[in-house]
Amino acid sequence: MLHAGGVDVGSTQTKAVVIDEARRIVGRSLIPTGANVVTAAQSAFDLAVAEAGITEGDVAYVIGTGYGRYKVTFGNAQVTEICCHARGAAEMFPGTRTVLDMGGQDTKAIRIQPGGDVLDFCMNDKCAAGTGRFLQSAAAALGIPMDELGSRALAGQKPVNITTTCTVFAESEVLSWLAKGKKIDDILLGVHRSIATRSIALLRRVGIEDEITFTGGVTRNQAMAPVLEEALGKKLNLSEESHYMGALGAAIIALERARAGEGAGTAQVGGAA
Amino acid sequence: MRITAGVDIGSTYAKAAVLDDDGKLLGTGIKPTGFRLAEAAADALAQACAAAGVERESLAYVCSTGYGRSMVAFRDVQVTDLTAQAWGTRYFYPDTRTVLDVGGQTMKALRLDEHGRVRSFRLNDKCAAGTGAFLEKTARYLGYRIEEIGPLVDASVKTVPISGVCAVFAESEVINHVSAGASPGDIMHGAMKSLVQRSVQLMKRVQMEPEFTLVGGIMRFGTMSRLLRESLGAGVNVPPEPRVQFTAAIGAAVLAGRRLRKLEARQGEQHLAAAG
Repeated sequence: MLHAGGVDVGSTQTKAVVIDEARRIVGRSLIPTGANVVTAAQSAFDLAVAEAGITEGDVAYVIGTGYGRYKVTFGNAQVTEICCHARGAAEMFPGTRTVLDMGGQDTKAIRIQPGGDVLDFCMNDKCAAGTGRFLQSAAAALGIPMDELGSRALAGQKPVNITTTCTVFAESEVLSWLAKGKKIDDILLGVHRSIATRSIALLRRVGIEDEITFTGGVTRNQAMAPVLEEALGKKLNLSEESHYMGALGAAIIALERARAGEGAGTAQVGGAA
Repeated sequence: MRITAGVDIGSTYAKAAVLDDDGKLLGTGIKPTGFRLAEAAADALAQACAAAGVERESLAYVCSTGYGRSMVAFRDVQVTDLTAQAWGTRYFYPDTRTVLDVGGQTMKALRLDEHGRVRSFRLNDKCAAGTGAFLEKTARYLGYRIEEIGPLVDASVKTVPISGVCAVFAESEVINHVSAGASPGDIMHGAMKSLVQRSVQLMKRVQMEPEFTLVGGIMRFGTMSRLLRESLGAGVNVPPEPRVQFTAAIGAAVLAGRRLRKLEARQGEQHLAAAG
């Protein structure tokens, strides 16, 4: 049976997905990228292959994506994460026309055609404001673990207004709200709102068209989607696999290339005969 | 004798300066701003008074400036940081036409006319990469404190390129350089160089012209002024340490004196009018 793989080497986490011929996810993994990017890519892929219950040799084609895609040394090809998130989103939610990908160190807004071809995109990778890093800084300043941020923010009732843009200055703003006696939950809700505002500004630059699919690592934060939905006045497509969307898109493209390769091989054999 | 004071509540430090009637600097005081702005301002002023050997009550007029200027309840008047900085700079260098002020969380460029009036200004208080916070963050990633930045950079002979686009993302750059074996001093030197590039961009936007005067807490680092001199290809004025940090406070004190004299002149006229 034909299998294909996608490895998405992000700035913070590396994700790998293995799919079968029917485009079903049969293996996945998620590990911190860390300092050794090559090792991270290989480990993530090995874990996904193991979960699929196959061996590396069974995977016909592997595509690397994400900022460390050229470190996927065992891969057959590299594709940008923009294309991969677009394809992954279109695969999981065929009605997708706009993708918001919020990662650990960058945020992207992508407008796509049916099928997942990219029409336009806008990204913020120069400034930590409006990325997962902003949440990380707020978490560190308040001493809250990352996985509790979302639930704490959702418990907020009177969000503070975070006025600073820069992540560094926001850290001191967060502390000053704390010094003024504001509740941590209310501060966190304010932080989420501030990120949502910046993401929506990015989305507007590519044009917001329904349906909108939310992808990337920040999707695991429980508060981000509801806060975005409230600010947009629209529902977002979101699934358990949203974090793996780039890797899934890479695997889908890999599967298509493996099939095209097979076709070419057959034609060659036919030609030789 | 009429003694006046200026208090400059900056994002990182509150600074105070006490001047006598002739504009002579009698004493200065400094306290980290923290979250209690009014308290920091009062403490800095008390320190300046003690250094000047004058009683707090004997101050004839107090002018506040800086981002926390309206939080100072004991002020007689307040002025914007731009005005205070223009006067403070000219206190040391009367022929200044362009001022670069790099503070803990802001960077400002001002162009002055021959009378010291602010003709044009640009400011960055939105992005830490163009402020002292960039150096502070870089030092922290390297495991050093702010006070250690100066000696660290002075010992460096070459720079490691640091992009300087985002103070947060600089962390990964620093980590990469450290693992590649670069020395902390060279990395800090690179961070200063990128801050200097951003400073020059801001100065260009006010159509800078000489004389150039550099002020603000970050100019305590001699390497900053050396790099700026090289980058501008021109001489620069730098008020002597530690006064480089107090120019806005001094400017506020000068303005306090002017205001006081104006008030006294007006009162004098009223007295004359009443007597007449």
